[in-house]
Amino acid sequence: MMMTDSYTPVLSIKHLDHFFGQGEQRKQALFDINLEINAGEIVIMTGPSGSGKTTLLTLIGGLRSVQSGSLKFLGQELCGATSKQLVKIRRQAGYIFQAHNLHGSLTALHNVRMGLEIHPQYSVKKMEEMATHILQEVGLGNRLNHYPDNLSGGQKQRVAIARALVNHPQLLLADEPTAALDSKSGRDVVTLMQRLAKEQGCTILLVTHDNRILDVADRTVYMEDGILKSNQLAPTK
Amino acid sequence: MIKVLQQLQRRTPLGWLQLTHHKSRLFVAISGIAFADVLMFMQLGFQASLFDSNTRIRRALNADIVLVSPKAKNTQNLSTFARRRLYQAMDVPGVESAHGFYSQTINWKNPQTRQDNPLQLIGFDPNYPAFNLPEVNQQLDEIKIPDVVLFDRKSRGDYDQVITQVSENNWVSTEAEGRKITVKGLFSLGASFGTDGILITSDQNFLMLFPRRDAGSVSLGLIQVEPEADSVIVAEALRSHLPEDVEVMTIAEFIEDEQKYWQEESPIGFIFTLGTAMAFIVGVVIVYQILSTDVSAHIQEYATFKAMGYRHRYLLAIVFEEAIILAFLGFLPGFILPIGLYYGAAKATSLPIQMTLIRAITVLILTMIMCIISGAIATQKLQSADPADMF
Repeated sequence: MMMTDSYTPVLSIKHLDHFFGQGEQRKQALFDINLEINAGEIVIMTGPSGSGKTTLLTLIGGLRSVQSGSLKFLGQELCGATSKQLVKIRRQAGYIFQAHNLHGSLTALHNVRMGLEIHPQYSVKKMEEMATHILQEVGLGNRLNHYPDNLSGGQKQRVAIARALVNHPQLLLADEPTAALDSKSGRDVVTLMQRLAKEQGCTILLVTHDNRILDVADRTVYMEDGILKSNQLAPTK
Repeated sequence: MIKVLQQLQRRTPLGWLQLTHHKSRLFVAISGIAFADVLMFMQLGFQASLFDSNTRIRRALNADIVLVSPKAKNTQNLSTFARRRLYQAMDVPGVESAHGFYSQTINWKNPQTRQDNPLQLIGFDPNYPAFNLPEVNQQLDEIKIPDVVLFDRKSRGDYDQVITQVSENNWVSTEAEGRKITVKGLFSLGASFGTDGILITSDQNFLMLFPRRDAGSVSLGLIQVEPEADSVIVAEALRSHLPEDVEVMTIAEFIEDEQKYWQEESPIGFIFTLGTAMAFIVGVVIVYQILSTDVSAHIQEYATFKAMGYRHRYLLAIVFEEAIILAFLGFLPGFILPIGLYYGAAKATSLPIQMTLIRAITVLILTMIMCIISGAIATQKLQSADPADMF
């Protein structure tokens, strides 16, 4: 807000608190979170387990209702948003999980197509084209009709990335996407995410424990006990 | 409407893909539903054959109006009333003729096995055919001869040699009620739940076999109305003309009365209804198991879909899609198998059991309802498909 009006952050979080449980069991998980992420930025969030990273990610992705404070995604306020508005938010963000979460009964191509089917503007033909194209981009052009069971861990995560990005979302949320992968495939997956996001102009918020991939970040934020401790530009950039 | 169709066209048939991806699981599911369908078909088939076989004698009667004792329960328990009611009936305008009909269970010795077997013996005046059965009416001259009877070739029991012999004009003699009787002809009516088979003879022969039975007490009165008379109106007139000790029914009411007895008063009709209901419930449980297992197996994928922006109703649609697919797939073997089973059951019991279109449609609809109920219960499991809790 200090800067000029022409610049709008993709994500703007102010004084965000979050609680779990009811009555005496009520426990605060997030304390006064303030964070802004600009378009095209790659932000990595680290911190120990249970520090509230995933909670924050689910709030941003519209998977959870914001209780207090302000969370603006592309200028839309999520605090007090209806479940219908949350569904809309979910469609604008791509989500990558720790597990690939691909549908076992669908081929790679069809799994990616599911990311387009929620958007009524695409025809079947267009969906097939876009899904094929992005699978080629992630290097799986020769695995289009494979079922997840016949793909390696790294390949499955690449299909998941294709599914999250096929629709050109403004924001990609990734929750420990390398946790289930060996270091080489983990590295490949992150590099791939970085490359595609740059090509599409997509912003990335990535939660990870994995120190080996910190270097892809423009900025790292560190979270502990529900508090955002540090928020700094990556020294290498 | 067009928009909905377009949406359907671009929608991935996830239910179908999920079901067909696990072939062995699908096979078990289809078997389970087919099993429930076969059970329903058998119960409904037996029930229909109960009504069909037991009303068969009444449907074959050559009468417009029937007089019967109010104490009558079914065709095998007709009780009796005074024959003079028939003469009184003749006074009513519109009545053309009224004839007595005698019926009683008789123990006869099966000529083939020499065992005593109960059959239903029917006697009537051979000059006035009591049945609309051409085969019987052609042989009325035979039963005018003393101690000659006609035998129902569709009777239940070991009668194949008897039937072959009689059809080759080798008469078969045996004993019944201490008299020697001769089978000189055959006809077809069929066994029922009430009797193993039927013997037809003249009223004179009937009374000779049952000497203690009074010729003046008849089991039924068969009334023909004049060609231009309306049997409903004549029946009404008869009701007001005749005393309370005899009941007047048109032939349609008389057939209905038999069906009502087996449906409501006899325990058998209820047992088949109950059996069908049980099969239905078994089906609901089986399909519920299949669908809820499937939901549990895909709960992570469903939660992922929700995180991607799919609504809850999309997941509901998958479950119901599966339910309907299973209903149809399970119905196919569930429909084909009973055709063979009916054939076997009809042979074993001498009862008329066949597949009918109406029953097939009934069971298909029941299967659909069964699967949709199971689907509705299984959708409760979808509540746990919450991406915020899962990841």
